[in-house]
Amino acid sequence: MTTTAGTGRVPGTRAGHAGFGRLLRAEWVKLRTVRGWVIGMLVAALVILGIALLDHSSCGGTVTPGGPVITGAGCAAPPSGPGGVAVTDSFYFLHQPLAGNGSITVRMTSLTSGQGPAGLQPWSKAGVMITASTRPGSGYAAMMVTAGHGVRMQYDYTGDIAGPPGMVSVASPRWLRLTRSGGTVTGYESADGSRWKVVGAVRLAGLPAIVQAGMFATSPGSSLSSSHTLGGSSGSGAPTVAVARFDHAGLTGQRPGGGWAGTAVGGPAPGAGFREASGTITVTGTGDIAPYVAAGGAPGTAIEQTLLGAVAGLIAVIVVAAMFMTAEYRRGLIRITFAASPRRGRVLAAKAIVIGSVTFLAGLAGSIAAVVAGEWLLRSNGNSILPVSAFTEVRVVAGTAALLAVAAVLALALGALLRSSAAAVTAVVAAVVLPYLLAIIVLPAGAADWLLRLTPAAAFAIQQTTPAYPQVSAPYTPGNGFFPLPPWAGFAVLCGYTALALGLAVVLVRRRDA
Amino acid sequence: MRESLSAEWVKLRTMPGTKWLLAGVVVATAALSAIADAATRCPAGGCPVDLARTSLTGIYLGQAIVVILAATAISGEYATGMIRVTFTAMPRRTAVLAAKAAVITGLVLAAGVIAVAGCVLAGRLILPGHGFSTAHGYEALSLGNGPVLRAAAGSVLYLALIALLSLGAAAAVRDTAVAIGAVLGLLYVVPIVAAVLGNSGTARHLQQIAPMTAGLAIQATTGLRALPIAPWAGLGVLAAWAAVALLAGGAALRLRDA
Repeated sequence: MTTTAGTGRVPGTRAGHAGFGRLLRAEWVKLRTVRGWVIGMLVAALVILGIALLDHSSCGGTVTPGGPVITGAGCAAPPSGPGGVAVTDSFYFLHQPLAGNGSITVRMTSLTSGQGPAGLQPWSKAGVMITASTRPGSGYAAMMVTAGHGVRMQYDYTGDIAGPPGMVSVASPRWLRLTRSGGTVTGYESADGSRWKVVGAVRLAGLPAIVQAGMFATSPGSSLSSSHTLGGSSGSGAPTVAVARFDHAGLTGQRPGGGWAGTAVGGPAPGAGFREASGTITVTGTGDIAPYVAAGGAPGTAIEQTLLGAVAGLIAVIVVAAMFMTAEYRRGLIRITFAASPRRGRVLAAKAIVIGSVTFLAGLAGSIAAVVAGEWLLRSNGNSILPVSAFTEVRVVAGTAALLAVAAVLALALGALLRSSAAAVTAVVAAVVLPYLLAIIVLPAGAADWLLRLTPAAAFAIQQTTPAYPQVSAPYTPGNGFFPLPPWAGFAVLCGYTALALGLAVVLVRRRDA
Repeated sequence: MRESLSAEWVKLRTMPGTKWLLAGVVVATAALSAIADAATRCPAGGCPVDLARTSLTGIYLGQAIVVILAATAISGEYATGMIRVTFTAMPRRTAVLAAKAAVITGLVLAAGVIAVAGCVLAGRLILPGHGFSTAHGYEALSLGNGPVLRAAAGSVLYLALIALLSLGAAAAVRDTAVAIGAVLGLLYVVPIVAAVLGNSGTARHLQQIAPMTAGLAIQATTGLRALPIAPWAGLGVLAAWAAVALLAGGAALRLRDA
């Protein structure tokens, strides 16, 4: 007399989502009931917060080896531009009010180096500008000649449209024109003042009825070639001065009674000013009109610095995720798991979803706490935090949590592939954390870039808030927080490796005996 | 002590993983060093590159495999229950730990010598072709040079101390994954945190007390004044970490049930 349960399913369960829901629940219970794993997840969240609280730097202060603390000069936060990003806005501007629609036309005959210790920089620039106001961070559009990048139309700090190449001289002057029509500013250039070519037309949000139009000149600090040292790359610059000569200046649509007025936007600078003699106007300026890049020792802290602890949290998460898989093999639980749920691919999928979701939530809690507490700590020490758009902030915080979650799934997959927690933990740490370490403190910049393109450590790009702007010369190296891949592309590299490992794990787990 | 030494030697020798891990230490160390050499170029000469340090970059990766080898030597026994047999046969638990430490140190030193020799050889072969030639005023990497010998021998000692640190940590926490995670976290995370924090006092202190940044100061042959800690003092810091870990591991073995 045998009572067999038969081969049918237990009544009430069926294939599909309900069955998978049970599987998820089973895996969740397994994770939740191992005290060490719960502690591991808490440790991951707490260590992200804890490392954010380590940053006790104060207001650009630096400590030279064995020397006194030198307080940085620039403690003030850089202004933020129309897009909400931090900007550099410092130049000399000779301007008149322009009411309603109108245009400014000028002939530029030279761009030379002023008294500065260094010569012109490739991005030294001068030309015409229409701006909402002379307050730093105002919206603008400008037609300019640069020392090394030809004619450009730039607008609202981040916008940059290339015109024809070449420098100006008395023999080959350059005519520049900006025309305002409503919210649109169109930039033209010409070699002779009669045949005009459009370089670009841009819409400036929130342009007031009366704008300032005029001529400007500015020149960024010289960028010393950054030397690679063990502490990362560093570079600093000496100020440079650009001198531009204009003539044939003409405005249409100016307010009656308006005359040229000079303003040193962003504060007075030595040598900056203007001269007018027999129709020739000379404008001398120093600084830059560009997005602000806090590389090479410039003051200002990027918010991703408060998420530095993600690397430490990552290791805790990797340990838990690898054990979540390998413990099943070590204890023989895997045979019960597969007996209860013979479709092994689904078991792995359920495990991946559970460990990924739990890690994401733990990482999110840790990241939010770290950003809030870290920003508070930095501000209370007098540091300025570079403004970023709300979308960027969400991307950095949620991206950090997602990075941890995907790395956890990678550790789970390698745990299933290698069936050894020692090998899985070491492999994932060596693949994700070690390349990042090598890239920022050991390897020269070129090799570091390749490492951060090819290895899963590329995913740390998700934390980068300031892009590498072509119109700003700066040491864009991993050691300064600049990754070779854009944020989502870097994250996709990690996702690719994880998908590959998980796919291999499913194939092998199906083939091998448990 | 002789019995426990021979017992541990037989155990480690007959584990199939041991020789693969030791080979892995050699290959990983030499390979990463060769890659770092190949990535470092200075066509015009005059680059401030520490050639010995560049040639020994592979230690960053090789140490991870040393951590596996040393940690599993004890946590593996806990995982399989072998530890109870071991302690039944040799009730003096600290002697067991000492024997394990001695055997592992010997193996890691042997592998380390081969690995570092490979690094130096790779540096000698690759670097002169990348602008670091005698014509540009660079000396060929040679163990006859005092600082280079110190960097090379120090790197071998570094690997041995990392093994002792891992063994002690694994004896203390007993679980392989947790021990490896903790040691790798200690090694790799602190330098990253220090580097990103930048030129602050906190960062410098971290570099002085962290086992990897302090220990690898032994590899520096140029710019010794700018180092956060002097070469031998740095290796001393790592030795202190290893001693504390072994003491904690030994105490845990004595006080806890196996």
